[in-house]
Amino acid sequence: MLIGIPRESRAGERLVAATPATVRKLVALGYDVVVETGAGERASLPNKAYVEAGARIGERADVWSCDVVTSVNAPTGAELDLLSPGSTLVSQLAPATRPELMDALAERRVTALALDAVPRISRAQALDVLSAQSNVAGYRAVVEAAEEFGGMFTGQVTAAGTTPPATVFVIGAGVAGLAAIGTASSLGAKVRAFDVRPEVAEQIESLGATYVQAEGASQEVSADGYARALTDDQEAATQRTYAVESSGADVVITTALVRGTAPTTITAEMVAAMRPGSVIVDLAATGGGNCELTVPGERVVSDNDVVVLGYTDLPGRMPQHTSQLLGTNVVNLLTLLTPAKDGNLTVDLEDVVVRGMTLTRDGEVLWPPPPVQVSAAPAAGPAPEPPLSGPTPAEQAAAHRSRSRRNGVLAAVAAVLAGLAVAASPPDAVGHFTVFALAVVVGFYVISAVTHALHTPLMAQTNAISGIILVGALLQIGVDDWVVTTLAVAAATVASINVFGGFLVANRMIRMFRKGTPSGAAMTPGVAR
Amino acid sequence: MTVLSAVQATYVIAGVLFIGSLAGLSRQESARRGNVLGIIGMTLALVATVALALVQSERPWQVTAALILVVLVVGATIGTWRVRRVEMTQMPELIALLHSFVGLAAVLVGFGSFLTEPDSDTVHLVEVFLGILIGAVTFTGSIVANLKLAAKMRSAPLNLPGRNAINLGLVLASAGLFAWFLTASNAGADGAALVALVLVALVALALGWHLIASIGGGDMPVVVSMLNSYSGWAAASAGFMLGNDLLIITGALVGSSGAILSYIMCRAMNRSFVSVILGGFGTEPGTAATGEAGEHRETFAADVAEQLKVASSVIIVPGYGMAVAKAQYPVADLTEKLRARGVNVRFGVHPVAGRLPGHMNVLLAEAKVPYDVVLGMDEINGDFGATDVVLVIGANDTVNPAAQEDPGSPIAGMPVLEVWQARDVVVFKRSMATGYAGVQNPLFFRENTAMVFGDAKEQVEKIIQAL
Repeated sequence: MLIGIPRESRAGERLVAATPATVRKLVALGYDVVVETGAGERASLPNKAYVEAGARIGERADVWSCDVVTSVNAPTGAELDLLSPGSTLVSQLAPATRPELMDALAERRVTALALDAVPRISRAQALDVLSAQSNVAGYRAVVEAAEEFGGMFTGQVTAAGTTPPATVFVIGAGVAGLAAIGTASSLGAKVRAFDVRPEVAEQIESLGATYVQAEGASQEVSADGYARALTDDQEAATQRTYAVESSGADVVITTALVRGTAPTTITAEMVAAMRPGSVIVDLAATGGGNCELTVPGERVVSDNDVVVLGYTDLPGRMPQHTSQLLGTNVVNLLTLLTPAKDGNLTVDLEDVVVRGMTLTRDGEVLWPPPPVQVSAAPAAGPAPEPPLSGPTPAEQAAAHRSRSRRNGVLAAVAAVLAGLAVAASPPDAVGHFTVFALAVVVGFYVISAVTHALHTPLMAQTNAISGIILVGALLQIGVDDWVVTTLAVAAATVASINVFGGFLVANRMIRMFRKGTPSGAAMTPGVAR
Repeated sequence: MTVLSAVQATYVIAGVLFIGSLAGLSRQESARRGNVLGIIGMTLALVATVALALVQSERPWQVTAALILVVLVVGATIGTWRVRRVEMTQMPELIALLHSFVGLAAVLVGFGSFLTEPDSDTVHLVEVFLGILIGAVTFTGSIVANLKLAAKMRSAPLNLPGRNAINLGLVLASAGLFAWFLTASNAGADGAALVALVLVALVALALGWHLIASIGGGDMPVVVSMLNSYSGWAAASAGFMLGNDLLIITGALVGSSGAILSYIMCRAMNRSFVSVILGGFGTEPGTAATGEAGEHRETFAADVAEQLKVASSVIIVPGYGMAVAKAQYPVADLTEKLRARGVNVRFGVHPVAGRLPGHMNVLLAEAKVPYDVVLGMDEINGDFGATDVVLVIGANDTVNPAAQEDPGSPIAGMPVLEVWQARDVVVFKRSMATGYAGVQNPLFFRENTAMVFGDAKEQVEKIIQAL
């Protein structure tokens, strides 16, 4: 089958749905690929590179009439008309907000697969463009903020004085939020972050940020893995948190998108309370924006000189890598749809991933799909973790006390028995008992000090020295009784195997342990990231 | 100064050298010195003993000397030959086999001692009896452990019906034979006493066999340590019957060494010593085994290589699977490559990883991984959160989050390596089968976990090529 890669017609779009690297993989799946001339030039991917990867260069009409068309953005009216009936369209189609587009596609009997409607289950992560694009957007948001902000992100100590690090407040620790947190921390900023799901606190902290607590604000992940809208009480509590945090921040990055729409997180009043020169980057601008002042696609400056960036093309500002990621998402989808790797596309609606993405087929609108249960969501746990049903500390302490009492009693009994046994023994045996008891104690302390790594050589070594029983056997060899001598010879033989074997193998192992050459920072364990 | 007192003095020196030897093993830096001290101590003890044996010989001394020479030459030849050939992955088998030799020697010395002075006092008789009992249990127990570790015997627990009753019956039988032996011997009926002694040896052999056969392969680290301990007690009891302090000291050292190792292993598995000894781990119906299955994500060597290229810190968690696949060499190679790229690579070793305490450390050392990047569980557990990629190679139960999160799990409460806190976890595994504990591992279904299926060695080699 023929796959078409069009040049994106949206103004300013620099992305392309396939790069030469991903074209190669499509060809390996058995497809023929046609790339519209100049499709990749804004991502610095010339026609020549596509040809080398095995694609053909075609005109606009050729590309849109292919069996399968993959594009970054949904087709325009003119492009829709170029699609041939029965073909398949793979693109970002925003099904929740554009029902009219689905009708138009159904009318043309096009099978439409939305890259931005992938069910959030582990298996489907590899084809989820939202996840990959969000990551890129989160990174770029910090870069844009750094550009606008009139200071340095990292604190500096110079001969001319010190500057404090910038404070970055990130709202929402989804994929984009976490990427922003990581990027800002690595630039040296002091990062604070908030998310209505308290269970992500650990992830936030793992990236070097501080998790901001908000009383009474918590949320559960819905069954299909996307965030859910908040109740009124939660709303009020989070609003207070946003107000306090944003007033102290140099940069605020908001990432709250609930099913394609953006709730307001930063009100005009909060912006008014921020310091002049602060920057707000609104990653939810596509859904209308989290900040009341956001104008999607624009840079706005408030009355008190706060810059509000509502860019909607952040991933497109890094077209090489973003196209590569997007193209890989497409390849992963087509791999799923081409089980035989023979270039024939099969849309199997039994597969929940495919079903979730399929908007139209055979003239029917199939959106919305039946709900998919995310296996991970229930396992990740509802917001307040129920206390484990294990014993409480008090019970453990009681158990510990009773155990140590029992051990004490046992030790006393053993001591009394041992004492009786010794008392009943002849005097020279008492001496042996003394030696024995002392040796056990010495052994306990000596062995306790042995590092775990050497336990195997230790066993070989103790094995060798327990071959000391050879001493006993050797002394019996000279006894004038051939039965005893035979027994002693046999005992001495096996014991001497032990002595020689044990020492040699312990020696062989010990010689293998060597220390690393401590050159270079990477050689030192425990280097900070 | 008589020969005897000179020999006694030498024994004291040898005993001190043995203590110094084990103390030397506490750190890698001094381990070689420890080994040498042990060899010196043993040489001194043997020279002194040979001298004493020749002086005390009841036959012409040349005969005795010739016999001793033959014994030592045969022992040295077999020992050296056996040890030269052994691979590090087979170390658990070898050690178990060596334990069985000590057990066998203790039994033979016990009989020899009884035959030499059958009419001695009760204390000596008790010592002989105990020496034979412990020696015989150690002998067959170690043989079974050896066969299980060498995969010449099924590693699953034997699980006879009423296995505890069988053990108890055998112990009671020994107690009965003990009474018979004492009365017969004190009454001067040496023949009857010898029969009792032979019978108790047979009972103890059966006990050792059954005891270890009932323990599953996953508990072998504890079993081998325990047999190490028994072999020490066997040597100590031989020391009592011969009135030889050097044997007592050494036996006590070895016995307490093995006991501590078993204790450490049990604690690392959160199991009581008694429950390990009574056997049958993995025979409980797995409560969680059927439960929390989910979808796992598969990944491939080339993708793992990409992940590693961009990682700044990597922790490798090896398990028994690495030993089985003999993947330690490619793993060491991978480590070296990554370190050359400036990646901070470390190893996290669980105390019970492998089939022998410290088994993983020996394998990694063999492959020339520097020991200072190989860390124990307690040292590394806090660092997983700041780690980019964790490679779990052939480990399963030791990285199971169910131990912490699911109070109903059979391994609940066992300390585990918290690999899931890392950003990405890659698990190398032959299939989705469960580990020795027979418990399903929810780690495999986590969002940040990806599975690489197939032979660990081949897969790691592919990653190296992709790098």
